[in-house]
Amino acid sequence: MDVPTGRLAMWWVLASETVIFGGLLGSYVMMRLRHGAWADQAANTNTWTGAFNTLVLLTSSLSAVLAHQAAERGDGLKAARLLRCTILGGGVFLMVKAFEWTHEITEGFTITSGLFWSFYYTAAGLHAAHVVAGMVIMFIVSLTAARNEELHRVENVGIYWHFVDVVWIFLFPLLYIAK
Amino acid sequence: MSGLAAQPAHHDKGFVQTYLWSTDHKVIAMQYLFTGMLMALIGGFAVYVFRMQLAFPGQSVPLFGRVSAGQYNSLVTMHGTIMIFWVAMPVLLAAFGNFLIPLMLGCDDMVFPKVNRLSYQIFLLSAVVLVASFFVPGGAFGGAWTAYPPLSAKAAYNLTRYGATFWVVAIALEFTAFLLGGINFVTTAMNSRAPGMRMFDVPIVIWMIVIASILFMASVGPLIAGAVMLLFDQVLGTGFYDPATGGDPILWQHLFWFFGHPEVYVVLLPAMGVVAEVIAVFSRKKLFGYRTIVYTAVATGVISFFVWAHHQFVAGIDPRMASLFTITTLIISVPIAEMVFVYIATLYGGSITLATPMLWALSFVAEFLLGGVTGIFLGAAGSDIYLHDTYFVLAHFHYTFFPIAIIGAFAGITFWFPKMFGRMMDERLGKIHFWGTIIAFNVIFIPLFITGAAGDHRRIFDYSGFPDLATPGLQHLRTTATMGLLSLLAFQPVFFFNFIRSMVWGPIASANPWRANTLEWAAPSPPPHGNFAELPEVYRGPYEYSTEDREEDFWPQHVPDDSPAPAASAGGGW
Repeated sequence: MDVPTGRLAMWWVLASETVIFGGLLGSYVMMRLRHGAWADQAANTNTWTGAFNTLVLLTSSLSAVLAHQAAERGDGLKAARLLRCTILGGGVFLMVKAFEWTHEITEGFTITSGLFWSFYYTAAGLHAAHVVAGMVIMFIVSLTAARNEELHRVENVGIYWHFVDVVWIFLFPLLYIAK
Repeated sequence: MSGLAAQPAHHDKGFVQTYLWSTDHKVIAMQYLFTGMLMALIGGFAVYVFRMQLAFPGQSVPLFGRVSAGQYNSLVTMHGTIMIFWVAMPVLLAAFGNFLIPLMLGCDDMVFPKVNRLSYQIFLLSAVVLVASFFVPGGAFGGAWTAYPPLSAKAAYNLTRYGATFWVVAIALEFTAFLLGGINFVTTAMNSRAPGMRMFDVPIVIWMIVIASILFMASVGPLIAGAVMLLFDQVLGTGFYDPATGGDPILWQHLFWFFGHPEVYVVLLPAMGVVAEVIAVFSRKKLFGYRTIVYTAVATGVISFFVWAHHQFVAGIDPRMASLFTITTLIISVPIAEMVFVYIATLYGGSITLATPMLWALSFVAEFLLGGVTGIFLGAAGSDIYLHDTYFVLAHFHYTFFPIAIIGAFAGITFWFPKMFGRMMDERLGKIHFWGTIIAFNVIFIPLFITGAAGDHRRIFDYSGFPDLATPGLQHLRTTATMGLLSLLAFQPVFFFNFIRSMVWGPIASANPWRANTLEWAAPSPPPHGNFAELPEVYRGPYEYSTEDREEDFWPQHVPDDSPAPAASAGGGW
């Protein structure tokens, strides 16, 4: 098995991240199954905002894939541009999230308003922290990629970004659709 | 491999660049080792104070003063936390892992040297945060090292509002450091082996460290999530663990022990690996059942994910679940017993030299056996319900953790000291230290099995309020244990004296003083930056001792075959 070192390490990072989110979401699911009343609290989340953000995040992964393709061809400049598109997608995601949370907090639904909301803010917050981290790393990678250096990093950061996507694909139904 | 390590060594880089900001795996290993040893002194001082309180309740303890109930709780908590997370982990996993992985795999450094440096820096920060918690208002966290809510979540219960938060933050930082380190370890072992080194040519200790790293990475996630929830409960006032808001304190116990039990194997496996290396070298015999050990370690790792609820037999879990976890717990003793038998089989018929590292390795097997056997009583729900939270439990896990964290570490340090510092340790001082430590250790914990079985609860500050327990007989046993501890501590300066004196003035060590086979002994002692003058090639497995038809009783991995017989096939991969 000749996996390049950087990619191999990325898979191990994701393996350990998976169990972090797995522990959190596992706890959430176990408790939610025991507390039917949480559905009333969950009814206050905005499914359409969540759906829009899902769309934004998945689209941003497309440009990450295209960036990888460009990097494979050796076109570092194009890869860098496409990575910045992905960063933009992450930015839109966070902005929507900010408006959503502002709205919810002004409505009185804070992290201490009940256990559903505690999980809601903790899980989405932990995910958002990963989005921010991904954007920062992608920006750094885009700087070297633009100079046609370290092009293998484009793929690795892309793998990370897809993981952030996948986490959201679990969060969206668990926090928004299940009412 | 790494771009950095490929550069020629600079000897004029100055103290900071060489010792504090280095990306060299050996320097980072030493940083972990010395930080771990320093933390062991703090953890050792804590146990000295609270054992004195237990032997002589209410009297002023020399060097500390009178111990209050709150201070007692802090000291007990910090002793456990420090010894497991800041001594066993950095010394066994990080120090030996960093030092040995590149050397034993025959490469020049870890695959990510800068990540490695970052890992130590985060670890150092975590240690600073933890030590700082002694000085915050209210003192260090006093909710026991397992941090069960609601005790850990509510300042009104643990009385250490700031200490509790510092504790959670320090633990989270420490986990981050070990995740970074673990990714480095596993990736290096998979991608940077010397040419010719196949999967089953890797020394057992490297296998063990890699399996332990994977176990850590796979088990710690839920506890990181749990720690975030605990932090929010403490700081923001959420109620993840508070039944009043619909939360569940047992959730923490699940998340904690889902990590906590594999964690036992995270530190046990590296110690088992160190012992395997030492036993093979000092028996001059091929390690018995190499592949069996590897498969057994993997099996142990897998089973260790299915035993965690044996810590929760009294927490109100379903009795049907308790019987399941009893069965899995009894099953996990099988592979460990098997490993012990394999080590004994290696000794059988060997020409054994009782050098200091070998004494430590043999005592590891003997003492850990006692720890394992007493664990059977606690793994079975029926007897555990009686013994739960008594000194019997405490004595049991000290019979496992002391061999792991102390005996295993001493075996490794005395064995690889010549490689680390290029000088030999003093054998006579080593043996004095060994016997003093081992005898004192048993004097401490055998009485505690008895007090535990008699009903001594673990978390009592002063027994005078409990007429059944405040009997002269039990108090005599407690005092005996404390006397054992005092003698144990009294023998440790012998080690530090030997360590420092040998480091500076010890006799110069050759590259291979123990006549061992593995690749680290092919490098000079101590290895320079970049390790090998010429990267070695591997021709055979690591344990070819006393091979027939050879004059020498060892056959290093990097020495080509004498005969023109076909050499070992070129390196495959994982």
